[in-house]
Amino acid sequence: MKEMIMILIGASIINNVVLSQFMGICAFLGTSKQLKNSVGMGLAVVFVMTFATLVTYPVYILLDKIDATYLKTVAFILVIALFVQLAEMAIKRFIPPLYKALGVYLPLITTNCAVLGAAITNVDRQYTLAKSLVNSVGTGLGFTLALVLFAGVRYRLESSDIPETFKGVPATLVAAAIVSLSFMGFAGIV
Amino acid sequence: MNIIEPILFFSALGLGAGVLLAAASKIFNVKTDERVEKLTSALPGINCGACGFSGCEGYANAIAKDGAALNLCKTGGAQTLAEISEIMGVEAAAAVPEKAVVRCSGDCEAAGVKYDFEGVKSCAAAEIYYSGYKKCTSGCLGLGDCIKVCPQGAISIKDGIAVVDECKCVGCGICLRECPNGLIALRPVTNKVDYLCMSKNTAKDTVAACKNGCIGCRQCERVCPERAVKVENNHAELDYSKCISCGKCAEVCKRGVISMHICTHYPPLAEKAKHNA
Repeated sequence: MKEMIMILIGASIINNVVLSQFMGICAFLGTSKQLKNSVGMGLAVVFVMTFATLVTYPVYILLDKIDATYLKTVAFILVIALFVQLAEMAIKRFIPPLYKALGVYLPLITTNCAVLGAAITNVDRQYTLAKSLVNSVGTGLGFTLALVLFAGVRYRLESSDIPETFKGVPATLVAAAIVSLSFMGFAGIV
Repeated sequence: MNIIEPILFFSALGLGAGVLLAAASKIFNVKTDERVEKLTSALPGINCGACGFSGCEGYANAIAKDGAALNLCKTGGAQTLAEISEIMGVEAAAAVPEKAVVRCSGDCEAAGVKYDFEGVKSCAAAEIYYSGYKKCTSGCLGLGDCIKVCPQGAISIKDGIAVVDECKCVGCGICLRECPNGLIALRPVTNKVDYLCMSKNTAKDTVAACKNGCIGCRQCERVCPERAVKVENNHAELDYSKCISCGKCAEVCKRGVISMHICTHYPPLAEKAKHNA
């Protein structure tokens, strides 16, 4: 149990995918403009990560059996794409405004390296299925946390007086760097 | 290296995923409004955004789902309105297509210059310095802010002032927002008369600044049988809803501010689309 909590905290905060490992920056910057969208995007990623892990775990065992682990990237991407499609359909059906707001970033979860990163971390560290799931959920929650925090920062950024040349992308990237710096404070806790 | 097994494995994985997705697409099937597709194809498709929605598809969605007004597409004009009305099953309200007109005739020859402007090539930038480099504070600066936004490439600079090519103009009205002096307006194509000065300066200042400026002599106001012309803010203004295009005001105007607009050809939209393509 203790180990599970350690994995969860480690994955979500200490080794936060976005802010400490630079994974999934594209979606992080693209969908953190509004708090509502960032929560939706984060939950979609949690969904994809969790269910993808459920499938990639047995897939990896099978790949190992036929001695083809070198194909894990391809297999994992396939599985992830499947769940992204499912998530996309579900969101389109049940929450159309969110579907509209997320736009291209929703299908882009497929190539979001945070999702593939979580799946590959699981097999690299030879986690059991339970640990893999905890790690994936933790990573997803970490991604959501980063998005939500940054949405708040960007909200403030919108209304602050920024030099003309810094407006838009530059200010956003500088702000992202500062948020990332703050997460460095967690390093070495576990 | 064993190849058969990975191939079989991936085929099975792919097949499984495919079947699952096919099933999911049945379960999560979203009914799309077929009118949206029809509306999108009826709209001009240049995504000018003049209707206030995000492009033609956005407008089509707004019509079908949120009951947006049908006559917002100025670009498509009467023909599009008729098509949209047919799809939505309502009677089309008659709409006269409109064209943009730049209300300044102070070209290089006519208008005097205050100073040489060597800043950024933008009317908005020049406007900051003493209301522009021309002696007239409300004249067209001819630096082409309107040209940059025109989706049809219908505006060009002729002798230092912006001129709209009426045959290319679709009347979307985007340029109206760009002109720092508010010189561009939409004119119904049925109307042949137009006034080409928006100077708010007094007659004395206008005479000093521009040969073609309106001095507010009120000759036009007197001859107009419909009382469509009014001199306000030191220049003549025309009420299109009253004007009958008789041309009497243009005859009496000594300064050539009011002129008869004669654009002989307004090609129908279908032809124009081909021309643009």
